[in-house]
Amino acid sequence: MNIDIKQWANTLLVPFIGIVLFLGVWQLGAPKVVTSLGAVPGPVEVLQQFGGLVDEHNEARAKEQAFYERQEKRNAKKLEKDPNAVVKIRSYTGKDTFFDQILTSLITVLTGFILAAFIAIPLGIIAGLSQTVYSALNPLIQIFKPVSPLAWLPIVTMVVSASYVSQDPMMSKSFITSAVTVLLCCLWPTIINTAVGVANISQDLQNVSKVLRLSWWTHVRKIVLPSAIPMIFTGLRLSLGIAWMVLIAAEMLAQNPGLGKFVWDEFQNGSSNSLGRIMVAVVVIGLIGFLLDRGMLTLQKYVSWDKSAALR
Amino acid sequence: MNNEHLVLSQVSIDFPTPTGPFRALDKVNLKISKGEFVSIIGHSGCGKSTVLNIVAGLYQATEGGVILDHKEVNQPGPERAVVFQNHSLLPWLTAYENVELAVKRVFRGKKSKAEMKEWIEYNLTLVHMEHAMHKRPDEISGGMKQRVGIARALAMEPQVLLLDEPFGALDALTRAHLQDSIMEIQADLGNTVIMITHDVDEAVLLSDRIVMMSNGPAATVGEILSVNLERPRNRVQMTETPEYMRCRKAVLSFLYERHGKKQAPEDTEKTAAISQEDTSSETPNNETASNSANSQVISMPPLQSKAS
Repeated sequence: MNIDIKQWANTLLVPFIGIVLFLGVWQLGAPKVVTSLGAVPGPVEVLQQFGGLVDEHNEARAKEQAFYERQEKRNAKKLEKDPNAVVKIRSYTGKDTFFDQILTSLITVLTGFILAAFIAIPLGIIAGLSQTVYSALNPLIQIFKPVSPLAWLPIVTMVVSASYVSQDPMMSKSFITSAVTVLLCCLWPTIINTAVGVANISQDLQNVSKVLRLSWWTHVRKIVLPSAIPMIFTGLRLSLGIAWMVLIAAEMLAQNPGLGKFVWDEFQNGSSNSLGRIMVAVVVIGLIGFLLDRGMLTLQKYVSWDKSAALR
Repeated sequence: MNNEHLVLSQVSIDFPTPTGPFRALDKVNLKISKGEFVSIIGHSGCGKSTVLNIVAGLYQATEGGVILDHKEVNQPGPERAVVFQNHSLLPWLTAYENVELAVKRVFRGKKSKAEMKEWIEYNLTLVHMEHAMHKRPDEISGGMKQRVGIARALAMEPQVLLLDEPFGALDALTRAHLQDSIMEIQADLGNTVIMITHDVDEAVLLSDRIVMMSNGPAATVGEILSVNLERPRNRVQMTETPEYMRCRKAVLSFLYERHGKKQAPEDTEKTAAISQEDTSSETPNNETASNSANSQVISMPPLQSKAS
């Protein structure tokens, strides 16, 4: 009984108290920091701004709905008059709302991250299996790992502009630029961790593989991958965290219509609401980052053979 | 009987150390005939596991070589199946799948799917594991894991079965059961077996011949003892026969009178070698396991007292 209460306090009560204390300090401290756009908003103002963003979103959706209804009616009328008339169907071109931008950001980050994983895991496995490959890759990894996304961005932008030319582009250039920048920045932790995980496979299991003379492919599939799964996921989680952080910066500069652009636009806007709306974005970015990490943990639990392993 | 099935001739091995090569084995010579059960016994660190690893092909001898059936051994292969001390089952596969991995590798194209399934089940039944076929290693006991390890090795139909302290990590009762199983299986299938052990009684009970190794560095075959006990052997009745006592005494006197472990001052070089060997070939808990097994031999076998 006593233990139950303790556990309950540790998992719910104590974190709750921490959050309340933080909000209190924020509420009291924020008005004291005055900027040209007014005082820094406290949590209450931020919550109001969030409500405003939700309203804006609903309004935009209603407008869109109305637009399509009008269009349908107009087209129906046209067809009534003349069944052979050519009807035009236009898509709605309103401004992206905050929630549309969240969705864009998520799609962009996952595209970059998944592509990175498809490159990094095989590379990491090869580097883990072969000391030679590892020695060749290691200096490159160490050099490129600390490079800021802001340094990659101009290069990526130029390359994408030059190579991605199409009359009817499936994806916008800003999307590709952002996704590729994310990819370049989040490759490294997965490569390193996968390589370490693969290199540390128990000698016993490697001996089994040798005695059975397993083919390279079977060895990788049956022995290497299952043993390295925990380390691969450690790498993937680090990568996803970096990817999400990089994305915001990349979107700001590449003008990919996601959360980064939202923050930048509000900053340029400079209205009295801007600071509050940027704060909303900060909190949302943090929450989504947290949820992405939880998502990876859930995926790891699903993929890993060892269901009893404590994952944190 | 053909005495040339498996031949180790002048096998020596050097391990590189920071202070130059360290000679772990020096000119080991041994001939084993088909269907023979040979134990290798010696103090821990004397290089008996190294001998086994060379026969398995996991280590390459620096000098000399191993010939199996007129062919030189230079890499690991399923015709020399190993039962590792720490079972070495893949923890993410069930008992059945662990054996299946080996069977698929060895009998691809030779057996049909149904035949393979039957063969896997047959081997698991042989080691009395038919009831827990679809359990994963973390769901079964240490003795059961070792049984699956044995089934995996047997399922490869090896020319030589190599047992690396197969019962070292098990309690005495489980060990006795598994020793009986091994005797039965060997009587049925007539495998050629090399077994590494520290346990004098185990060696006498199971072996046709016991190879006693001198202490390292530069360890080699000290003496070879033939055990002339009739099979099938009964562990309880056997203990009273003069032949059993003679063999036991011979091994004990070799190990503790003539090749007892030297004391600390001279030992430094050797311990360095042991740790070197351990890091290269064996798992960390091997050392503790072998130590406890050693003390069992000295303080006399709990196995016999429990079994009788």
